[in-house]
Amino acid sequence: MDMNQYLDIFIEESKEHLQNMNQSLLELENNHKDIGLVNEIFRIAHTLKGMSATMGYTKVANLTHEMENVLQLLRSNEMELSEKIVDILFECLDTLEGYINEVSNSGTEGDMDSDYLVKKLHEIIHGKSEDAVKENLKVSSQEVDNISIEIEEFSKEIAQKAIQEGYHCYKMQIELNPNCMLKAARAFIIFNTLEQDCEILKSNPPVEDIEDEKFESSFELIIISAVEQDIIQQKISSISEIENVLMEKVDINFSIEDVNLKNKVEEQKETKTEDKTENSTSQTKKPKVGKTVRVDIDRLDNLMNLVSELIITRSRLEEIDESGKKQNMNEAIEYLERITTNLHDAVMKVRMVSIDRVFNRFPRMVRDLSKEVGKEISLVMLGEDTEVDRTVIDEIGDPLIHLIRNSIDHGIEDPETRKQHGKSEIGTLKLNAYPDGNSVVIEVEDDGQGVNIEKVKKKAIDKGLITKEQAEMMDDKEAVNLLFKSGFSTADKISDISGRGVGLDVVKTKIESLGGVVEVKTSSAGTIFIIRLPLTLAIIQALLVMIGEEKYAIPLNSIKEIITIDSSKIRKIQDQEVVLYRNTTLPILRMNQILNVETNHSYEGDLTVVVARKGDKTAGFVVDHLIGQQEIVIKSLGKFLAGIHCIAGATILGNGQVALIVDTNSLF
Amino acid sequence: MSEKLVATENQYVLFKLNDEYYGIDILNVQTIEKVMDITRVPYAPDFVEGVINLRGEVVPVIHLRKRFSLPHGEINEESRIIIVTIDEMIIGLLVDSSSEVLHLDVSDIDDVPNMSDNLKNDYVKGIGKNQERIIILLDLSKILDKGEES
Repeated sequence: MDMNQYLDIFIEESKEHLQNMNQSLLELENNHKDIGLVNEIFRIAHTLKGMSATMGYTKVANLTHEMENVLQLLRSNEMELSEKIVDILFECLDTLEGYINEVSNSGTEGDMDSDYLVKKLHEIIHGKSEDAVKENLKVSSQEVDNISIEIEEFSKEIAQKAIQEGYHCYKMQIELNPNCMLKAARAFIIFNTLEQDCEILKSNPPVEDIEDEKFESSFELIIISAVEQDIIQQKISSISEIENVLMEKVDINFSIEDVNLKNKVEEQKETKTEDKTENSTSQTKKPKVGKTVRVDIDRLDNLMNLVSELIITRSRLEEIDESGKKQNMNEAIEYLERITTNLHDAVMKVRMVSIDRVFNRFPRMVRDLSKEVGKEISLVMLGEDTEVDRTVIDEIGDPLIHLIRNSIDHGIEDPETRKQHGKSEIGTLKLNAYPDGNSVVIEVEDDGQGVNIEKVKKKAIDKGLITKEQAEMMDDKEAVNLLFKSGFSTADKISDISGRGVGLDVVKTKIESLGGVVEVKTSSAGTIFIIRLPLTLAIIQALLVMIGEEKYAIPLNSIKEIITIDSSKIRKIQDQEVVLYRNTTLPILRMNQILNVETNHSYEGDLTVVVARKGDKTAGFVVDHLIGQQEIVIKSLGKFLAGIHCIAGATILGNGQVALIVDTNSLF
Repeated sequence: MSEKLVATENQYVLFKLNDEYYGIDILNVQTIEKVMDITRVPYAPDFVEGVINLRGEVVPVIHLRKRFSLPHGEINEESRIIIVTIDEMIIGLLVDSSSEVLHLDVSDIDDVPNMSDNLKNDYVKGIGKNQERIIILLDLSKILDKGEES
């Protein structure tokens, strides 16, 4: 069966489940006694196992199955939760996340290895002593999929109990007739028959695979039953299209390993063939994963309402056309205006996702980092329900991670230093998000030592970013902004966490590319990074300009100012036209040349120049005329024309014409 | 395959370019539009005439005369933009005129002869015959393939 159509849903849901698991684990770490959380994690692991097995992602299924075993013991109070177990569960979570990411990138799980985790989980269940015996076994079969071992372990518990209660445990191998057409259906009949008086403990290949016909002609089962061997064998043999039924009574106490070995030889064959089929399918189809947004049904209803109102207005306008009364016309247009505004709002809201999606990975990150650097840090998050456009959500994660790492590594001092300064030993990192007018503000605040202005200046001089004289002239605010210069890192020692010299300038570039700004406030009581982002990227303010007979839009957020200069003041330096403006040299670029526009505009005398900025750089673009500022809807040029030089997209103007949006960032 | 597909399988939308008849599979065609405002796109391949606003979507338009290196003709009342989907992309094809949908039996379609006039063979899927007319059947995906290389 083609599972591709469910891939999107699978990935989306898995990510959600993993996120929930992450949260529960974090809570569990602080509250070892809470059995409700263990239950929650167990439930998630179970769901994931089911989902991934259905999709054929066996690695995920295996790992979650192992996690389930451990969680089951915790749940039934047979085992005490320890720090170590939580750590291992976290590791499992990371591995699972890795798998899911790989799935969303390539459609397969990749070849990441989780054997060591499975082993760790086993150690938890059985303690060291028993494991030593197993060791030999495992070495010999390392390259084989270790399904058999784990399931045996799991089954063993139950089987032992069952035998104590007077049941029998059998191992059976059923071989179907090679001519059997509907293997899955046949297997289903066998299972049904067995389930009348037995319980199937384990099946190899797993039941899900059998249902999908992913097996050769034979499969193996381990069953528990009160009925005698012969009766079962007879029952099964009476089903048609069965070639052979082998049955063997299993005495749990000594023979598990024996059975394993036999099982394994069989399995080795099977996993090999399975691998092959998997490889060939993965080559043929590269599933593409689209971006999706989950939308509250209320919002959709609202949208629906507005559209129906729109339709009503349309018929109203049609009627007016016949009667021709002007007043009605105005009324209808006003009405239309109101609806379109509401419609715009409603659609924007559909695209909005709460920032929680980004924030919820931070508690884990802060936990790991603080352990790593040996600082105790408590993370406070506010305004997680603030909503941001989906496109922004995807992009904002990395810069925030950067800032948080930065705060933990450079900002917050180690406990002793904090004590000396009379601060609480536990550092606080605060993430705060809130909407502010047409933008969203995200603050990353720490109560650390603040930025050492003198050190920053000294470093900047050392690195040749500024001269000594400049440094003396600088006020604190300017000096702090040096942090955002590329090639700047104040950490005395380079650490894993931050301080590779590619820190804050990356953050700044990223945020500016999203049309946002970032600023810093610092004092000895702490540092705060303030990121301000536009609510959405789909609708922007732009300046419309004329070049020849063509209209172009320039995004307002990249425009610094608009000036007029005298054409006679333009000088040529090394083939680059420049003009001296406010004591700086401003490179001048002629839009008509860049865009190859045929124009008979004279370009003499006063020229209209749009000054655009990109980071610290500015450049002036000569245009023919300005039309004015307008809110525009960004449309892509489509796949065929994607990636065309210096054009960021297109927009449709009021008169139905298409105007192109100039990407000034790519021009200088 | 559904019945509908079978019924439309051998139908072609006919259009004229430089007084020759061309046909494209009707299953690729969305609509046929009159020529509207076309916005030039700088840095696009030269056979791309520009982009149009097709009911709120921005759609690139290929000037087929330029694509086939035919002499340039004026855009007039007869000119049409045929909106087609190729590889999940919506593209407009600017042609001299278009007015007809034609059913061609497989027996009416010949393989491509070795012709080397002003049209490269590889855009051509086959040659259709209808009464005395000769219809050049285009392979649309080839039209874009070349476009991406240049």
